[in-house]
Amino acid sequence: MTSVIANEAKAGNGKKDKEPTSDRSRSENRLALKLVALPLALMLLVTAFPMLRALYLSLFTYSLTAPDDRKFIGIDNYVTALTDGLFWRDTLVTVIIMIVTVAFELVIGFAFAMVMHKVIFARGVIRTSILIPYGVITVVSGFAWQFAFSNTNGFVNDWLPFIGTDFNWFAERNSSLIAIMASEIWKTTPFMSLLLLAGLAQVSEDMLEAAKVDGATWWQRLYKVILPNMRAAIMVAVLFRALDAYRIFDNIFVMTAGANGTESISFLTYRQVIEQFQLGIGSALSVLLFLSVLVVAFIIVKLFKVNLADARQEG
Amino acid sequence: MTRRPARRTSRSTRATVGLAAAALSMSVLAACGGGGGKPTLNWYINPDGQDTLNALAKSCSTDDYTIKIQLLPSSATDQRTQLARRLAAKDTSTDLMSLDPVFVPEFANANWLLPFEGELADQVLDDDVLKGAGETVTWEDKVVAAPQWANTQVLWYRKSLAQAAGLDMTQPVTWDQVIDAAADNDGTVGVQANKYEAYVVWINSLIQGAGGNILDPKTVEDGRDAKVTIDSKAGEDAAAVIEKLAKSGATQPDFTTSNEGTSLGRMFPESGAGEFMTNWTFVYKNYEGLIGKPGGPKDEAELGDLGFARYPQTVQGEESKPPIGGIDIGVGAYSKHPELAQQAAVCVTSAQAQTDLAVNEGLMPSRQSVYGSDELKEAYPAELLTLWSESVDSGGPRPKSAFYSQVSSAIQSRWHSPTSVGPSTPARSAAFLEAVLSGKALL
Repeated sequence: MTSVIANEAKAGNGKKDKEPTSDRSRSENRLALKLVALPLALMLLVTAFPMLRALYLSLFTYSLTAPDDRKFIGIDNYVTALTDGLFWRDTLVTVIIMIVTVAFELVIGFAFAMVMHKVIFARGVIRTSILIPYGVITVVSGFAWQFAFSNTNGFVNDWLPFIGTDFNWFAERNSSLIAIMASEIWKTTPFMSLLLLAGLAQVSEDMLEAAKVDGATWWQRLYKVILPNMRAAIMVAVLFRALDAYRIFDNIFVMTAGANGTESISFLTYRQVIEQFQLGIGSALSVLLFLSVLVVAFIIVKLFKVNLADARQEG
Repeated sequence: MTRRPARRTSRSTRATVGLAAAALSMSVLAACGGGGGKPTLNWYINPDGQDTLNALAKSCSTDDYTIKIQLLPSSATDQRTQLARRLAAKDTSTDLMSLDPVFVPEFANANWLLPFEGELADQVLDDDVLKGAGETVTWEDKVVAAPQWANTQVLWYRKSLAQAAGLDMTQPVTWDQVIDAAADNDGTVGVQANKYEAYVVWINSLIQGAGGNILDPKTVEDGRDAKVTIDSKAGEDAAAVIEKLAKSGATQPDFTTSNEGTSLGRMFPESGAGEFMTNWTFVYKNYEGLIGKPGGPKDEAELGDLGFARYPQTVQGEESKPPIGGIDIGVGAYSKHPELAQQAAVCVTSAQAQTDLAVNEGLMPSRQSVYGSDELKEAYPAELLTLWSESVDSGGPRPKSAFYSQVSSAIQSRWHSPTSVGPSTPARSAAFLEAVLSGKALL
């Protein structure tokens, strides 16, 4: 299905190249510009403005409850944040959550993608049931898993053999993080498998058949043919999920509210702005969050040496 | 061929958008409502005592305005953020709001509360208002809210337990005495020591009871420049009480996560001597309603064994400073009907309103005269009413700072867990609090 869409898009591009400057296409272009202008202005208003505003506010000491004491302090907020142990502790927690969840999601997601790709019977039902968790609102998923891990009315303690029935998962950091990550993985693996399915669909059957004829085993076909050919799709999936995971908020908010050192960077930012009303330092933290997301994206792109343009064109 | 349908779609889209816009503007107009008729005043209340507050809204509505109740979330943090978001956006539909006393300085400093002036101010804060409650509604010498009801903590205990310990409860007792009495007689001491606001309430009362303060009261209104005075003899005395309790045999199993509800069940246990517990005024009605039920006294006679006394002293001989809570009514600074809203605020905080709240909901009055009313005397023992009104009158407020939520979080972060509190805690928390106030540390 995805490949069909990709082909159509390609065909569309091709057509545009073929008829360069007829009157009709020029007026179409003008119309397109006019049509785009208003949405573009709106986009700038709703995205660029808040971003610039946050950048501006981050240079002030500014509390909502003391508007008269607002004072320009340059980059002091950034210095405070970057020299504070809490910031780095929360960054570490966020990175751990990101790496662990994306790794699990990649493996499980790939298995699901294979199932969805190969399944012959009850295709619609199986695909739909795999995708259901993704349709669940994260807050709901957070509550569901919180109840599951609860030591008073949850079932996880009864199911796991090495855990006492009254073990409190939310009493300390590591076990809380496990519960948070379980919810996160359950909820977003379907998204990962959807992206990977698109990649699987792009692997040419001819190549697979050729490999088969040459005597390649199932593992060899997976490693030598399928995975290299869907590298771009894997890359996109990992990138999307990593950036999402880095901004994790809902599950933590619902399950621990940041207790026992389970706070992520987003949660720290939320607390400064929404709970403490500290717009200055809060804005500085959100700018830092934005920058660190860029860094994560940059690292992943460099690490996997993938050209993002490839990801869209390959097929 | 592809263009024609496109154009048709755009035309029909335009029509849809037009319709939607029309519908939207109509609904916006409808929402503004009232159009020339009687104005509606929105009163944001917290969920305590809803029934009586609804009745009050009805009885205080006049020919000039109608009061409409809007319900806030149940957690204090959520109440505060929801109101703050509205007021920061200069919401004109926030007319009246029920405020926890610690929000008043924050909101007043941000100019979100319309001060009561002249005659109205005298009416809202006259001599009848108990001192502890009155202190919570002033900011920079202005009356910025009207006290509606007042909460305070007293020492609840089992008379049999105090007797076994040989403690004379007719005289003021100290924390030391209470902890020893409980530890030596198979009893426990119930407090609020989870990492939350009520733990700061306890710490603040302990420090004030030793003659000190978390922030210097003379500079507390200066916000970030307030002088931090928690690192003092009084701070050390307070830390010593917490340390003593933590190391005594009188702690309850959930000491480090205890809240207002956790120690209620230990007053009348299946076995054991019961407890001493500092807790708010709701405790009395709670046990009265639990006679013969789990967690409550077995019968009337056992309820008679429930004693109450003035909040314990931190230091022998120095008068204790019971905690103050309750609700103040503020008027939104951006209200479209400020005069009417202030009239309404006076009505919902009147003596009659306070009587209804006390009798129906157990929310105690902030006015002295109401404690003497026949309705209250019928509902509560006379000595308890006297104890409560004295406690509210002599109670100590938490720091009246525009940065209170930061102050509170900073204290919680350095004083929790209570088992880690020691002689160095006040100094450590002072350094951290100073850093937080000056924006040099993250919370």
